[in-house]
Amino acid sequence: METTNIIWLLPLPPLLAFFIIILFTNKSNKLSHIVGVSAAALSWAGAMTVFFRSLSVEHFGEHPFVDSIKWLPLGEEWLEIGVRIDPLSAATLFFVGITVFMIFLYSVGYHNFGQPKGDHDKKGLPPHGATVEENGHKHVVPSVEPMYARFFAFIGLFAAGMYTLVISDNLLTLFVGWEIMGLCSYLLIGFWFAKKSARNAGIKAFITTRIGDVFMLLGLAFLYTATGSLSYDVIFSHDVLHHLAETPAFWGLSAAGAIGLLLFIGAVGKSAQWPLHIWLPDAMEGPTPVSAMIHAATMVSAGVYMTIRIFPLFSAGWDGHALTPTMSIIAFIGAFTALFAATIAIAQNDVKGVLAYSTISQLGFMMAAIGIGAYVAAAFHLVTHAFFKALLFLGSGSVIHGMEHGVLHTGDHSVDPQDMRNMGGLAKKMPLTFWTFLIGGFALSGFPLVTAGFWSKDEIFADAFAHGHMTVFVVLAIAAFLTAFYTMRQITMTFLGEARTPEAEHAHETGWTMTTPLVVLSVFALGFGWVGIPESFPILGNFSSNWFHGFVGHTVHLPEAAMHIEFSWVPLITSLAVALGGLALGYWTYTKPNASANDPLRKLLRPIYHILENKYYFDEAYDFLFVKPATWISEVFVAKMDQGVIDGILHAFGTVSFAIGKFIREKFDTPVINEFIGDGSAEVVQIFGRKLRKVQTGRIQEYMLSALGVLFIIFIALYYLVLA
Amino acid sequence: MDFLYNHLLSIILFFPAVAAILVVFLPNGEDKLARWVAFIASLVPFALTLVLWANFDATNAGTFQFEETYVWYSTINSNFHIGVDGISLSMVLLTTLLTPLAILASFNIKEKVKAYMMLFLFLEMGMLGVFLSMDLLIFFVFWEIGLVPMYFLINQWGSENRNYASLKFMIYTVGGSLGLLLAIQLLGVLFGTYDIAAITEGWTALNSGMVMGMPVATVKIVAFWAFVVAFAIKVPVWPFHTWLPDAHTEAPVAGSMILAGVLLKLGAYGFIRLVLPLYPAESAQFAGWLAFLAVMAIVFGAFGAYGQWDFKRLVAYSSVNHMGFVLLGIAAAAKAPGTASAHIAMNGAILQMFNHGISAAAMFFLVGVIYERTHTRDLKKYGGLFPLIPVFGGILIFASMSSLGLPGLNGFVSEFLVVRGAWAEMAGFTAAGMIGLLFTGAYILKGIKNVLHGPLNEEWAHGDHKISDINLREVLVMLPLMALMLSLGIAPAWLLGVINNAVTALF
Repeated sequence: METTNIIWLLPLPPLLAFFIIILFTNKSNKLSHIVGVSAAALSWAGAMTVFFRSLSVEHFGEHPFVDSIKWLPLGEEWLEIGVRIDPLSAATLFFVGITVFMIFLYSVGYHNFGQPKGDHDKKGLPPHGATVEENGHKHVVPSVEPMYARFFAFIGLFAAGMYTLVISDNLLTLFVGWEIMGLCSYLLIGFWFAKKSARNAGIKAFITTRIGDVFMLLGLAFLYTATGSLSYDVIFSHDVLHHLAETPAFWGLSAAGAIGLLLFIGAVGKSAQWPLHIWLPDAMEGPTPVSAMIHAATMVSAGVYMTIRIFPLFSAGWDGHALTPTMSIIAFIGAFTALFAATIAIAQNDVKGVLAYSTISQLGFMMAAIGIGAYVAAAFHLVTHAFFKALLFLGSGSVIHGMEHGVLHTGDHSVDPQDMRNMGGLAKKMPLTFWTFLIGGFALSGFPLVTAGFWSKDEIFADAFAHGHMTVFVVLAIAAFLTAFYTMRQITMTFLGEARTPEAEHAHETGWTMTTPLVVLSVFALGFGWVGIPESFPILGNFSSNWFHGFVGHTVHLPEAAMHIEFSWVPLITSLAVALGGLALGYWTYTKPNASANDPLRKLLRPIYHILENKYYFDEAYDFLFVKPATWISEVFVAKMDQGVIDGILHAFGTVSFAIGKFIREKFDTPVINEFIGDGSAEVVQIFGRKLRKVQTGRIQEYMLSALGVLFIIFIALYYLVLA
Repeated sequence: MDFLYNHLLSIILFFPAVAAILVVFLPNGEDKLARWVAFIASLVPFALTLVLWANFDATNAGTFQFEETYVWYSTINSNFHIGVDGISLSMVLLTTLLTPLAILASFNIKEKVKAYMMLFLFLEMGMLGVFLSMDLLIFFVFWEIGLVPMYFLINQWGSENRNYASLKFMIYTVGGSLGLLLAIQLLGVLFGTYDIAAITEGWTALNSGMVMGMPVATVKIVAFWAFVVAFAIKVPVWPFHTWLPDAHTEAPVAGSMILAGVLLKLGAYGFIRLVLPLYPAESAQFAGWLAFLAVMAIVFGAFGAYGQWDFKRLVAYSSVNHMGFVLLGIAAAAKAPGTASAHIAMNGAILQMFNHGISAAAMFFLVGVIYERTHTRDLKKYGGLFPLIPVFGGILIFASMSSLGLPGLNGFVSEFLVVRGAWAEMAGFTAAGMIGLLFTGAYILKGIKNVLHGPLNEEWAHGDHKISDINLREVLVMLPLMALMLSLGIAPAWLLGVINNAVTALF
């Protein structure tokens, strides 16, 4: 099949799966997951085909796979939409295909397929377990998710949104996929909608990202107005970029910079960057495969992907030295977020909470890299992060699953299976989960040489250092140190030492549908880094062609000065030091007896720890600054304006007219007309009234018929009057 | 067939009226018969509209086709002159599509069924007449005819506060049309004809001198605002919108569907058909004011919707919010006529009219479905109903997303075009409108949150109040609407092509 045809078809299987499950197979769990998982497999196979075909194209950056159709007739022209796979989207397609497929497979086990129905399970709430009788004694086992089929429908739509976004050759269909994912994240975060917390988290995610989206929409309108197109081919062509860079917009920004900034705000929302980061930690309310889906494979990656896409726009006019204003803003937001989120992560006790903040922090790394012009490094980190973060989330899901098993066994539902303080010693109970989680954690920390995370992070450090962005370099280094620290804290609290609760004592390893994805992803979390070893790296560089750089680096042409990176020991040693130092300190701090249950940092940092624990009180501040005033405007102000002022004026009109009428009746009609002309007319009216009352039988059709009749007579009368 | 072909428009226009009279003479007490006769009769204009669509020359969508002229009032030279171009064709399709669905939605009406069905068919004729008229006086006659059935629908089949709401609706709209009538008379006297094309030609050419003892420019401005106010009330544009939440809340379900689906479009259609062509200079001059009012409607419509706890009122305010985008597009097109941005903005505005017609009708219907089962519209009294009524829930989420403007569904395309078209000329207003777009999300999710999600309100799970899922008839009402929402979101070219050809030719 033609490659472009395959590309067009990529989003279709999961989209069809969504409709098939919703409309037909929703009663059958088995059919639904067969439809869902095979759709994911099909798209994965298609994605791999496209990816490997792209490898065999020479100078793929200049000759990408493209195809387009006419979509909207507008004025004399058509708005075209189409597909485009170039090096950047090919690389993205590679990790999206794999992670999505793995997550679908994992969901089968996570939602307890094959287990009995729960005793008291309700739709809209997580399953609570089922009692089974075996050999005369009862025990509780996990029960199947009551909305099992629906879950596969939703993640199908989600995957379709992501594929649409990746294959787009223009920002409009990218935005379509973007928003469809927004809807799915709303539906999936609030999957257990009967829980108030889940319901509110879904809404929070949707609205917070929508703040970014409306800016993005303005950016699209601006870009479309300025260039007459939204296709990458046109908007990133040399002439257009040059023109945009020369056109002034607002606040001293060029049009290119202003459009880039507006679009970037969309990415701030989607990729949960400060100050729109608040939705992502709450998104943990969703089932764990959703967390993996949103936080690794798809939605948050989409923000970074889009920012890399529009890199030519906000870097237009950049000479490779002084950053453009928009690039500085992106670098600032990214670096700040990286550090800010890392500090919060060290004080979280929820196993998924730590990962959530680490995601925000890692996305900050990528944004900072883009901001300083190292978009290839950002893309590289995007891919490696997708693998190891999907792995970590799925691993944490496996841990939670194991813990839930323990909870069902002991029957003590007051124990939170997600709280790391209740864990400990799980390495022995869940060895496969432990080893894969360790790989993922080390990759996140940037453990030297063997993990993918090391290579991608190292590239960001090297670039920042080589081009003299020292502030970014230092901030990211501190963030990386904290990352290694909290990751080791998490691993230690969860897996090492002794079990701290009877629930952890009774946890056990999960089934093959859940562990297989862990193993597959851990292979990539280790190995994918080797495709991006810089040639200048001591010893290893001699064996490396730095394939990733050569491949993706051809998507956008950078200024000469930005291309060149001189090897330096400083970033490399920094990278080694922060990774190993953080890991060692984390291990050393939390292997001490009681350290896991009573965080030593709490004593050490005291008030600061309290602030960190409460995430710098951003939720509370936003509630006070935005949510409350908006509610007041909606419920009080608008009501006062509409019912009070506007209707007040209307009613005043009514009252005045009525008063005038009454005045005329009392002061003129009654005394003047009745006095002088007499009451005779009234009697006539009364007689008519009595006769007419018979007609008033209260039936509308007769009213209407009479009205028609009267109208008819009036028309005839008028006709003769006018003619005469 | 020739007769049918040559008189297609008048047949489409008057068939509902003939059917209405037929319904009146049906035997009393045969409610079922009356329903079916009305429903089937309303399908005829729809089928004929499809014929019309198939035979319409879309490449010449800017010129009127299927024209018919009959002498109507020869003394004042007013003719019964009707025709369709691309803009009115899309509105005719919307009207003839929504009317059968609204009648099907009213099959649960128990009281005075015959009268109800008759009014609906008369209403359809009134609305179609406005869209088809090429003569100002005929336009005005149909404009007013549409009011009467709607008044009675609200007044007779409405809920508690119906007297206030129907009176407010009637007085407000009639009051607004007084200025319109005077302005029409002025034009008629001035040019000795009511033919819209002839008046447009003469009136736009008239740029100096005195009319009725006043400078032409002044008269034009006064007449411009007389037109604007009449249409603005109907749209409704902030601050003339307060009749709408009351009328919607009290109207019967199908009444709301038609009110939001078609009647509001009459106002916007008036802007497009009359205000912009008759007053191009004034429209450009006051475009900023129109845009200001539009943005106020977008923003305060959204805030207003978010502040409601009555589900139907929430949807009613959402109409203010969505119709604001229509006016914003019109204002942008008025500001810089002939430019690409103006065409895009106007395309967006007309497509938004169609899209809002579909999604608002769907939303009002769904509110009606749940009201019929629970006898409450109070959002606080629902809660967690999704497991009990999964099919309804799915449909509600789908329709809500269309209303929210989710990309992939219809609303997004038109909102995007309006934003794109308006950005070029009025970036500030467009940016301010984004606040409204943000809160569109907030109020839509508020509806879903309180109806479907959250802890289950046990009252609806057991006993007398046990809620039942949406039934087959109700699904049938929703199916065509949902199909349109999806198809217009993915491939809007079949509709937009016709609109676009008319827009590029006219503006």
